[in-house]
Formats: sequence, C-alpha cells, structure tokens
Amino acid sequence: MSVVAAARTRGGALVAPFARQLGLAGSVLLVICCFLPWSTYSGFPGKMLNSTPGGARLYVLLLALFGFLFVKDLPGRRRALGSASTFAFVIALLTMLFIAYAGRGLVNVGSGAFVGVVAALLYMVGARSLPEDDRTAPVRSLPDGRWRAAVESVLCVLAAVAALAAFVIGLGIPSTSIADGEDYRLGGAISLNDLTNESQFLSFLLFLCGLMLALSRMGVIASLGAITKRHSKVLVAAGLMAAVVFPFTQGGDGYSLRIAASIGVFAAAAVGLNIVVGLAGLLDLGYIAFFGVGAYFAAIVSGSITSVIDVHLPFGLVILLSALIAGLFGVLLGAPTLRLRGDYLAIVTLGFGEIFRITVNNLDGSAGPKLTNGPNGVSNIPDLVLPGGFSFGENHNLFGVDLPFQANYYWLEVILVAVVMTAFLRLAESRIGRAWVAIREDELAAAATGINTTRLKLLAFALGATLAGAAGSVSAHVVKVAAPDSFTFLESALLLAAVILGGMGTVQGALLGATVLYLLPEKLRFLQDLRLLVFGIVLVLIMRLRPEGLVPSKRRQREFHEAGGGADALAAPPGHAGALG
Amino acid sequence: MTIVLQASAVTKRFGGLTAVKSVDLEVNEGEVVGLIGPNGAGKTTFFNCLTGLETPTAGEVTYRGTPLPRRPDLVTKAGVARTFQNIRLFPNMTALENVLVGRHTRTRAGVLAAVGRGPRYHREERESEDRSRELLDFVGLGKVRNELAKALPYGDQRKLEIARALATDPGLLLLDEPTAGMNPNETAATVKLVRAIQERSIAIVLIEHDMRFVFGLCDRVAVLVQGEKLMEGPPSAVQADERVVAAYLGTPTEEDTA
Ligand SMILES: Nc1ncnc2c1ncn2[C@@H]1O[C@H](COP(=O)(O)OP(=O)(O)OP(=O)(O)O)[C@@H](O)[C@H]1O
Ligand SMILES: [Mg+2]
Repeated sequence: MSVVAAARTRGGALVAPFARQLGLAGSVLLVICCFLPWSTYSGFPGKMLNSTPGGARLYVLLLALFGFLFVKDLPGRRRALGSASTFAFVIALLTMLFIAYAGRGLVNVGSGAFVGVVAALLYMVGARSLPEDDRTAPVRSLPDGRWRAAVESVLCVLAAVAALAAFVIGLGIPSTSIADGEDYRLGGAISLNDLTNESQFLSFLLFLCGLMLALSRMGVIASLGAITKRHSKVLVAAGLMAAVVFPFTQGGDGYSLRIAASIGVFAAAAVGLNIVVGLAGLLDLGYIAFFGVGAYFAAIVSGSITSVIDVHLPFGLVILLSALIAGLFGVLLGAPTLRLRGDYLAIVTLGFGEIFRITVNNLDGSAGPKLTNGPNGVSNIPDLVLPGGFSFGENHNLFGVDLPFQANYYWLEVILVAVVMTAFLRLAESRIGRAWVAIREDELAAAATGINTTRLKLLAFALGATLAGAAGSVSAHVVKVAAPDSFTFLESALLLAAVILGGMGTVQGALLGATVLYLLPEKLRFLQDLRLLVFGIVLVLIMRLRPEGLVPSKRRQREFHEAGGGADALAAPPGHAGALG
Repeated sequence: MTIVLQASAVTKRFGGLTAVKSVDLEVNEGEVVGLIGPNGAGKTTFFNCLTGLETPTAGEVTYRGTPLPRRPDLVTKAGVARTFQNIRLFPNMTALENVLVGRHTRTRAGVLAAVGRGPRYHREERESEDRSRELLDFVGLGKVRNELAKALPYGDQRKLEIARALATDPGLLLLDEPTAGMNPNETAATVKLVRAIQERSIAIVLIEHDMRFVFGLCDRVAVLVQGEKLMEGPPSAVQADERVVAAYLGTPTEEDTA
C-alpha cells in the first residue's frame, strides 16, 4: 500500500464516524453560500453580486442539493454524492479563481465564494468518507396504471427538450471566438475579460458532467433510458420536433444556427464513420477524404464562378451523385485493402487521406489538370434555390416569425442528420448489421457461419464513404467553399475521436461526441496555444474515466464493465489468432 | 442410401509436416460418424480442409455429389456447418443474436431492404427470429436467449455454438469435441442432443476424445493416427482393435483398457 493510500485510510477512519454530519453540514452551508455575493465587483457573468444565484452559483447550488442523500439512504448514494460534491467543489474553486483573476486580486472575491469553497470541501470530504456500499441503484419503473404510458411519453418529451436546452444554454454562453466567426484553428488574441465567459462555459460543462454522473449513479439515467427505449418513437419525434422548432426560438439571430449547422455536418459524418468503425470494426483513418470527394464534387458542379466546369446541376442530383462517387471511391480503395488485417487497413486509409489532400492541393493547372484551384479551393458556391424560388441565402418570415437565412441551412442539416441516423439505426438492427458485428467479434467464426466477410466489409466501407460523400456535398453548400485544408488528417482523427468518445456503435453517442468535439475546441480558445494540449488531456481523461464512451451501446458497456471482458477484448480480436481449431 | 459427404485422398501439408495424409471418408444420409485419434493426429485439420478454412494440398471433397467450394461461407451455404474445438462464439452478442447470425445465408435482405423496411423485410426478420428461438429451445437455451454469449457457462456456450450451426440449415454437421470440458450430466445431455439432431435427418461427423460417448453414439468410427486413417468400422470393431489401443497408449499392454 502506498503512503498516500495509507494516509487516506487513516484520515478516512478519523472522519468516518462523522461523515454524514460533516457532509450534511457542508452541503447546507454550501446552499446558504449560493445566496451570498461571490464577487465585489459587477461584470462577472452569472450575477455574482446580488443574492439570486445565477451562472456558476446556480450550478453549485443544484449540486449541493444532492446533500439530501446524507439524510435519506438510497442505493448508490455514496457514489452519487461523491460525484455531486466533487464537481461542486471544482466549480466553486474554479469560479473563485476566475473571479480573483478577472478582478485582479483575491480582495475582489466575495465572502460567499470563500465560505462556499470551504463548505464544498467539507461536503466532498463527508461524501467520500461514507462507508463503502456496493449496492447498485435499481432500474425503477413507474407503477402500472392508466396514466403510465402518458406519463412515460411526457418524460420522453422532457428528456428530448432537456437535452436540447442543455445544448442551447451551452451554445448561448457567449464566447469571443465563435462570435468573431473565425475558425477556431486560426488562433488569435483575446482580452482578459473574455475569460469570464470561458469560465461560464467551463462551469456549465462541469455542472453537466457532475449532474449526469450523480443521476446515473442513483439509477435515474438507467431508468429513464429504459423508458425512452420503450417509447423510442415518442423520443425520436420529440427530438425531431425540438430540433425543427429551434430556429423559431432564436429571435432572428443566426449565430447559434450557424454553429448548430456546422455540428450537424460533423455529426452526420461521425454517424457514417460509426458504421465502419463501430459496427464493422474497421479502423478507417482517412475517412475525411470521402467527405472531401463529396464536397469537391458538389462545389465543382454547382455553378460556382471559381469552378472550372460551368455547370449547375440541381441540388438533389448533386447530393445523389456526390454520394455515389464517394461510394465508388470507397469500393476502389476497399476492394484491394480490406483483405488486409486491421492495422494495415488503418495505414492504407491514412495514406489515402493524405493522397487526397495533396492531390486536390495540386490540381491547379500547373502540376496537373486544373480542377480544384489548388490551395484556394472552389469557393463562392451560390446559395441554394429551391424550384419554387425559395432561396437559402435570404431571410424569411414563417408563421409570423423572422428567421435568419442560417435557419434554412440549419434545417437542411437536420434533414441530413435525420436521414443518416435512420440509415444507421435501421442497418444496425438488421441482418446486415448483425453480420458486421459478428465480423467485428470473430471474423473467422463469422465466415464459418456463412458470412461473406470480404463482401460485407466492403459494403460497410463503401456505405460509410457514401454517407460521407452526401454529408460532404451538403457541407460544401453550407460553408460555400471546398478547400484542401478542411480535409486534413486532424479532421479524420477528430471524427474518429467523436465516435469513440461518444460511444462506438450508438447513434446518440456519435451525435454527442460530435457536439462535444466541435464545441470544446471553440470554447477552449481562451487557452490560446495550450488549447489543443488541454483538448487532448480532456480526451485522455474522458477515455480513462469512461472507456466505453459517453453513450455506449449495451454491448460495449458490458464489454468494459463485466468480468471476463476487459479492454483486451478490443486489443486482441480472436480472429487474429493463428490456430483454426 | 445417399452419400452426403465424400472426401477422397484429402492431404494437408504444413511445410515439412503432413498433418493429413490421403484420408478418405464417406458419410451417408442420417449417419453419425465418429472421428477419433490421439492429440495432433490431424482431426481438426481434416475438418478445416472440409470447411474451406484450410485449402487441402491434394484431394477432393464433394457434398451430395457436387465439389465443395474452397471458401468457408460458401461451404456453409452449400449445407455443411461446423463448431469449433475451442468455442468461437460472438462473445458480445446475445445468445439469440448469435443464432440469428446463423440465419444469414438463408436470408436475403440487403441494405436497401434494411433501410426501407418493407413488409417482406419484416416477414423475413420475423421468420428468422422464430426459427432462432425454436433452435434455442431445441438445444435447451430458451431461457437465456438475451444473455451475452460470453456470460453463459461453458456447457451452454457449446450448445449455443451448435444452435448457431443448426440455424444455417445444414445437411451435415461437423462437431469438433462437443463434450470437451463438460461434466457427466452435460455430456449425457449432449448425447440426447446429438440423437435429436440426427432425427432431424442431419448427418453428423464428430471428433471426440470421450470414448464412451463416441462408441455409444456413433454408427461408424474412423481412427486417425499421425494424419493417416488407421481403420474405420462399427464401434465394436474399433473398440476391439489392438492397433487402436496401441495408437493411444504408444505400446500394446496386457491391461484391459476398454
Ligand atoms: N496452421 C498450422 N500450421 C502448422 N502446423 C499446424 C497448423 N495447424 C495444425 N498444425 C499441426 O498439424 C498437426 C495436426 O493438428 P490438429 O489440430 O489437426 O490435431 P488434432 O487431431 O485436432 O489434435 P487434438 O486432439 O489435440 O485437437 C499438429 O501437429 C499441429 O501442430
Ligand atoms: Mg483438434
């Protein structure tokens, strides 16, 4: 036993008899502190000065309320309290530091913050010193009765709305980088004041993590999951409705819609990649190239003045052709390489991704045919115009609400994501999807069970490429340009990270992963040069704490958390063994 | 009586080692044939040659008169299914899903059908599921159909592998040591299961080291020693043969080894 561990046990033994009282006192004190001022100057977001908690104080308050578990002994309370109190403490501490930093000194930190940090610490120590208990919270269900179905449906709707609300709130927290409309990779100086915004986002994110962890440890998430599974149609309908109605709530402002549309592009591609990686288990490191094929094709044939080909095909045809051409590339690349084992496939796809980028960088007329304008790309793609004359580039007024033009592209993305999601979900639960998973599990046994493994792997690869092509062509219209530096290896890696982070093999996971991976670097811009480093650290942390991903499939969840499974199930697929016995 | 499987002069060499030397084997409709032999005799390699997992160096295999293809999925499609000596299930799929995968060759739904989900898709899916449930009940795993394969006890995993093989509608089933690692109760249950499969007019070849199991169950037994077929005949004849005893024990003995 290490010294630290020994000290911890000794300290724990000291506190243990009073753990409940200590924790309860801490949480009550923390609740009180949330109604005291946390700063002595105005201007820090979240109204830290007056007595109504907002911003970080509200988050801390909500996490402190879990303190009721010190009184009521529910299964899983120790772990739930542990998460809630730890996150409350971290948020309180960070907020205090941010207030001090932005206010140029600790003197400008209000009494509430000081006491709050100490109270949160007590809360945390109390929670962590509770006796171990290995009861896991049961999956509860509502009592049977006439209203059960109705209540469950309402819960599904609420779940969908809450998810969207969390997203909108997170997005709504201002951040200079996004407001400037730059790409987060461009870097740029920011003033000190912006840190206050970033602290807001950080505390919101931490709050979400703490809340979700605490709720899941109390079994709330699992119970809700069981309900939404029973009423999946209601959930999908509610989610779709919420997504469609979203632009009407923006008061004519297009900023959130633009971000949401970009996330949609990213998410659609991630779901497509999830077929290849999550279902069929093929590691594709050049996936963005198929996306690029779709984007370039769409850019070239959509009447852009910078395109060397002077055609303007109708949009529907463009999507279809982009998907087909990208799928064709998928077949061309996959046919010879899919016979290779996993690691080699990864290398070949990585190479293909680079070849694609370098090729489009050079097809500028000097080294080869003039097709892509080299590094400048094909830009000025005209706005979409529907046959009825509805232009995507203009603001419209629907049902008496003024909608910014970004809403049009946003809805286009909603449709794309919905289509890709439907395709994924239906494939996953079909004969084809089962065959893919079987190949992932044990390729040789799959072959001996009658699956043409080469053909099915090729199918997964080509289908992933097809969806990427479709997403790419839509994306070209949304961002109005196709240029080589949007298709770097980093993009492929980010997509892969979104799939793994969100949870392999689930569609909600890919959506969530894409959202987190898109927003996080943007919101981390205040770190300037350290941004990507911190981003990497966050990814490593998430994978350390939750290796199965944020929303794992039932299958993967058990893979990582049941005896006999373990991470080596991933590291050494049985198909690699030499013996055929 | 029709001949289901005819293997003639099957040979498999791994570099300098000849694992299977010119082995002939015939299996008739509805027969249970045993394949025995000491460790390393080439029994599993012979199965691999039949099922397309290994390409025989020489020899020919026909199933109901037509040569068997050299690809495992096509062999299964033709009607020869198998299980593995060291169980090879899809560990993170449920028992039911494992058996459903077995239906793959007998169903048709492609990508468009799966995404479109027309009435024909639903019908096919329902039929597959009914069939798989029926097979799980048949092998005695009806109650655990929603368990993950890897969570099942060892004996159940063997049964599940048999159910998955049966889901491919085989005319011939190759079982590689179906009772390895089983306790006497489970072995007795496996005897019943093999008989029940035989009643479904599926011919069976089984590799086994449990002699009581083999001699009690098989209509005919073939003995493989160092890649060569030593002899073949009814259980009583094989049991009594001195060469077989010698092959297993190395030297003839005075002791009664039955
Ligand atoms: N892929 C291979 N490469 C090289 N040698 C092999 C290979 N597969 C099997 N062998 C060898 O072929 C011989 C026959 O092996 P096989 O597995 O067929 O024996 P077996 O009769 O099934 O034995 P057991 O009863 O132990 O299962 C052994 O000597 C083995 O080492
Ligand atoms: Mg063997």
